[in-house]
Amino acid sequence: MSGFDVGTPILDVPVAEGAKDQHMVLNMGPQHPSTHGVLRLVLEVDGEIVVRLYPEIGYLHTGIEKTCEAKFYSQVIPMTDRVDYLGPMANNLCYCLAVEKLLQLEIPERAQWLRVMFTELTRLNSHLIWLGTHAMDIGALTVFLYTFREREEILRIFEEVAGQRMMTSYFRIGGLSMEPPLGLLEKIQAFIKTLPEKIDEYSNLLTGNPIFRNRLIGVGHFSAEDAIALAITGPTMRASGIDFDIRRDMPYSSYEKFQFKVPVSNGCDCWARYEVRLLEMRESVKIVQQALDGMPEGPVKADAPKIILPDREKMKTQMEALIHHFKIVTEGFNVPAGEVYQAIESGHGTMAYYVVSDGTAKPYRVHMRYPGFASLQALETMCKGRMLADVVAVIGSIDIVLGEIDR
Amino acid sequence: MAETGKTTLTNRAEVVEAMPEHPAVKALLAWNDAGFLDANFDRDELTLVVAPADIVGALRALKAVGYNAFEDMTAVDWFPNEPRFQLSYHVLSHAFKARIRLRAMVGSDDPAVDSITDVWPGANYYEREVFDLFGVRFEGHPNLRRILMPDDWVGHPLRKDYPVEGYR
Repeated sequence: MSGFDVGTPILDVPVAEGAKDQHMVLNMGPQHPSTHGVLRLVLEVDGEIVVRLYPEIGYLHTGIEKTCEAKFYSQVIPMTDRVDYLGPMANNLCYCLAVEKLLQLEIPERAQWLRVMFTELTRLNSHLIWLGTHAMDIGALTVFLYTFREREEILRIFEEVAGQRMMTSYFRIGGLSMEPPLGLLEKIQAFIKTLPEKIDEYSNLLTGNPIFRNRLIGVGHFSAEDAIALAITGPTMRASGIDFDIRRDMPYSSYEKFQFKVPVSNGCDCWARYEVRLLEMRESVKIVQQALDGMPEGPVKADAPKIILPDREKMKTQMEALIHHFKIVTEGFNVPAGEVYQAIESGHGTMAYYVVSDGTAKPYRVHMRYPGFASLQALETMCKGRMLADVVAVIGSIDIVLGEIDR
Repeated sequence: MAETGKTTLTNRAEVVEAMPEHPAVKALLAWNDAGFLDANFDRDELTLVVAPADIVGALRALKAVGYNAFEDMTAVDWFPNEPRFQLSYHVLSHAFKARIRLRAMVGSDDPAVDSITDVWPGANYYEREVFDLFGVRFEGHPNLRRILMPDDWVGHPLRKDYPVEGYR
């Protein structure tokens, strides 16, 4: 055996052998405010000490991967929004990059930069929600109101650019759905300018707060070896001292043109994860600022009339454009056979799409690798031998979204 | 890993000839020359093919040369072709900043392979997911039970002979 606990089933053997008098089985969730969705934990406790922990998932399983197989490639994009619903643009980006890799499609520079800018705003969005809810779980209610104030600004930007606040579907295979509206970049500039102060504000509320510190420091210990063994990625991994970020080390969508630091901590506890994410937010602000400063001019769609819908104007005046439009909408476009695995760094960790094509207009298989699925495996290692109340802090610190776990 | 640019290598001989110094290729050749069935390099991604019985051994050999982080595993159902199930393991190397795919084809008659949870305990949920949605068993898995579907569910939804809109 491996020596790692990835959740021992508790339902078959309700209580560990030889402890029938003292141990109690406790059910937490699926409807519990601190489980960030519908996660059910079955806990075996000795008094207030967690002995075993078993996550039961699947309450949000909608079979998105199966549904994708019945859709055209472009129709899959709206499905991806709903997987990690706190980071819509990251989902779009990962899927689009995968299909573009299958098609070997070159994306114009402006589209790549806009994609970077919006995925970083998505990361900020995701981290703001994490910070607010994590602090709320611990009992610091105020921060939630502050972070949701800034999140609202980001959602307004998303609404303006995509017409939707949360389910944006803004990226398309081959670029973006359209040029951002006039004046939007100035609005993003105004928002991003104030954000560092706002992050200081959250930090002032939390970093020195003795209750918050005591609830996080030393809680949920998780070593670098554990992180590798259990396939943990993203900020949780970097808070265990592993210096790896796909944006920097295996760049995609022209991330290699941006300068940013990758925050790493050797703390290995919930506090380290808090610090790493807070620093990541500051780095995201820098990336958005660089994108705004150096935004290249040019088209936002690749030159591939058989894959990308034509402009409305052209469709009404040119026959070829009308034909292409009709063909794309009614029968999609064929993608050469092959398989690709495209990974990106989402707000939670490594998000990857494994797309297999058999040469037709519908994907043969779309597999979504999301960081939360692996992170849940770490719960028992982090919580074992700790107090019951620490479970709540640990769940907050690994930043899971049940939509991405159950898919 | 764009060392060969945009070229496509379609079989093992081509891959071995074009990238003899690639750590993963070298590791598999040293591990078991006969068990290293096939390989291809397509769209900047290297795929190595082994027999289902060799998955654990091959992954151990790859882990030993630096492919340290298991990232993902899943299956593809090629129904009605045989062998029916394709298992794809994606392993990342933090040192080389590169990823490889290990592929094995499993027949439809009582599909089962050895679990890799001894190599990477983190494969636990991934194997449970493949068991749940494809019905491929993993021998030696510590807790092989359904993960996403209810425990009493009949059938494996991601198989191609399972309808998208339910049985009628």
